[in-house]
Amino acid sequence: MVQSVCLKRTPLHVAHVSLGARMVDFGGWEMPVQYSGIVDEHLTVRRAVGLFDVSHMGEIEVRGPEALRLVDCVTTNAVSKLHVGQAQYSGLLYEHGGFVDDILVHKVADDHFFLCVNASNQEKDFEHIRRANRFNAQVEFASDRYAQLAVQGPLALRTLAKLTAVDLASIGYYWFTDGAVSGVQARIARTGYTGEDGFEIYVAPAEALRIWQELLEAGAEFGIKPCGLGARNTLRLEAKMALYGHEIHASITPYEADLGWIVKLDKGEFIGRSALARQKEQGVRRKLVGFEMRGRGIGRDGYEVRLDGSPAGWVTSGSPSPSLNRNIGLCYLPACEARPGRRLEVMVRNQPVEAETVATPFYKRAKTA
Amino acid sequence: MTYPENFRYTKEHEWVRVEGDLGVIGITNHAQQELGDIVYVDLPKPGTVVEQGKSLGSVESVKAVSDIYSPVSGEVVEVNESLGQSPEQLNQDPHGTAWLVKIRLSAPDQLKGLLSAADYQAYVGAES
Repeated sequence: MVQSVCLKRTPLHVAHVSLGARMVDFGGWEMPVQYSGIVDEHLTVRRAVGLFDVSHMGEIEVRGPEALRLVDCVTTNAVSKLHVGQAQYSGLLYEHGGFVDDILVHKVADDHFFLCVNASNQEKDFEHIRRANRFNAQVEFASDRYAQLAVQGPLALRTLAKLTAVDLASIGYYWFTDGAVSGVQARIARTGYTGEDGFEIYVAPAEALRIWQELLEAGAEFGIKPCGLGARNTLRLEAKMALYGHEIHASITPYEADLGWIVKLDKGEFIGRSALARQKEQGVRRKLVGFEMRGRGIGRDGYEVRLDGSPAGWVTSGSPSPSLNRNIGLCYLPACEARPGRRLEVMVRNQPVEAETVATPFYKRAKTA
Repeated sequence: MTYPENFRYTKEHEWVRVEGDLGVIGITNHAQQELGDIVYVDLPKPGTVVEQGKSLGSVESVKAVSDIYSPVSGEVVEVNESLGQSPEQLNQDPHGTAWLVKIRLSAPDQLKGLLSAADYQAYVGAES
């Protein structure tokens, strides 16, 4: 593997290397793709608990009396509906309705919003928001002030509970609270990118290594394992969570990506609104849909999809599903064909392989009381 | 894992072991580590004539597909059929039970141009 000298590293790099992780270049970051193996890590998250370093993710803080107006203007979801301590999945769009990024908006206070954005988009997102700031809001690029750890899986709560006095059970899904984790200030959000219960913890970079090690010790009795980006990808795919650069990018709108639920046209003006309103009226031409391979093969990102022998779309993500033991994927098809049960062919290295569209998500965790 | 002294290696991470006039071909431990969990192996049928450096088939892991390049030229005389049912053997025993194909060597001199165990070990670095 060719290693570039200019790759960015997270504060946990030393831990990954000592754990024997395989490191890869992920959008300019040297990140662990796997430790014990993608399937093993994936199943550990589904059955117990896994720990991810996601410190490459970016953070942007928006403050001031008009912070709400700015965040509402640059995102698709209804920021005014958020309570303090609540988080929201949202889209950051161009005027033409395509994605700049998909982000998480956390309402810290009436005049303070904390945005978690994709690693490779953080500078672009910051510029996009800053340019839209015709309000009296302060926009701060805050990625350097945060490391982020994701504790995910049915035993995530019991693991993290050993390191904090915060009543984790009282934090609802997509809510967060600020509190101490092993003695240092942290933002604890009940969010994740795996389809399991879990928490994403934002801490000062200098504290990250100690908390990482303490989490591994705390979770040892539950069989916790460090997990890399490989398992993160298969987990999010089973849960049908979008990945920027695959399901969504500058040429894809939320309606096409089956993310209409994050678009609130009635909330007032926002960047991309008129394009989306037009598209909603006219209907989308293509739509994201899940598929399962019926023949032998894996439909991977970029592979052509054919309907009745003719090119009709493309695969955005595809992989063996460790939970289901089937080969699954997501693809764009003409909207009129994007319904479960449609036979299709994926061109796997120039050979058509049978597949069929299916309902999504592929995996949904059992609801706990 | 150490690399067997009696194998020859390629920079594309295949190995070949000579068995009479046959070459037994596989992928290296380094290759399986890089690929991760292997889910499919595609191999040629017996009787196929393969050329050194040309694609012999492919291995597919959860993460990606990778071509296998033949380290030597010759005719495929036997294929490890057990890999069809249990490709994970390639992760467990890449230098042993998970050999891929046996080839009747048409140009045995090609072996001299391949890497020794020590050279290959140095090539992939201390990690393996």
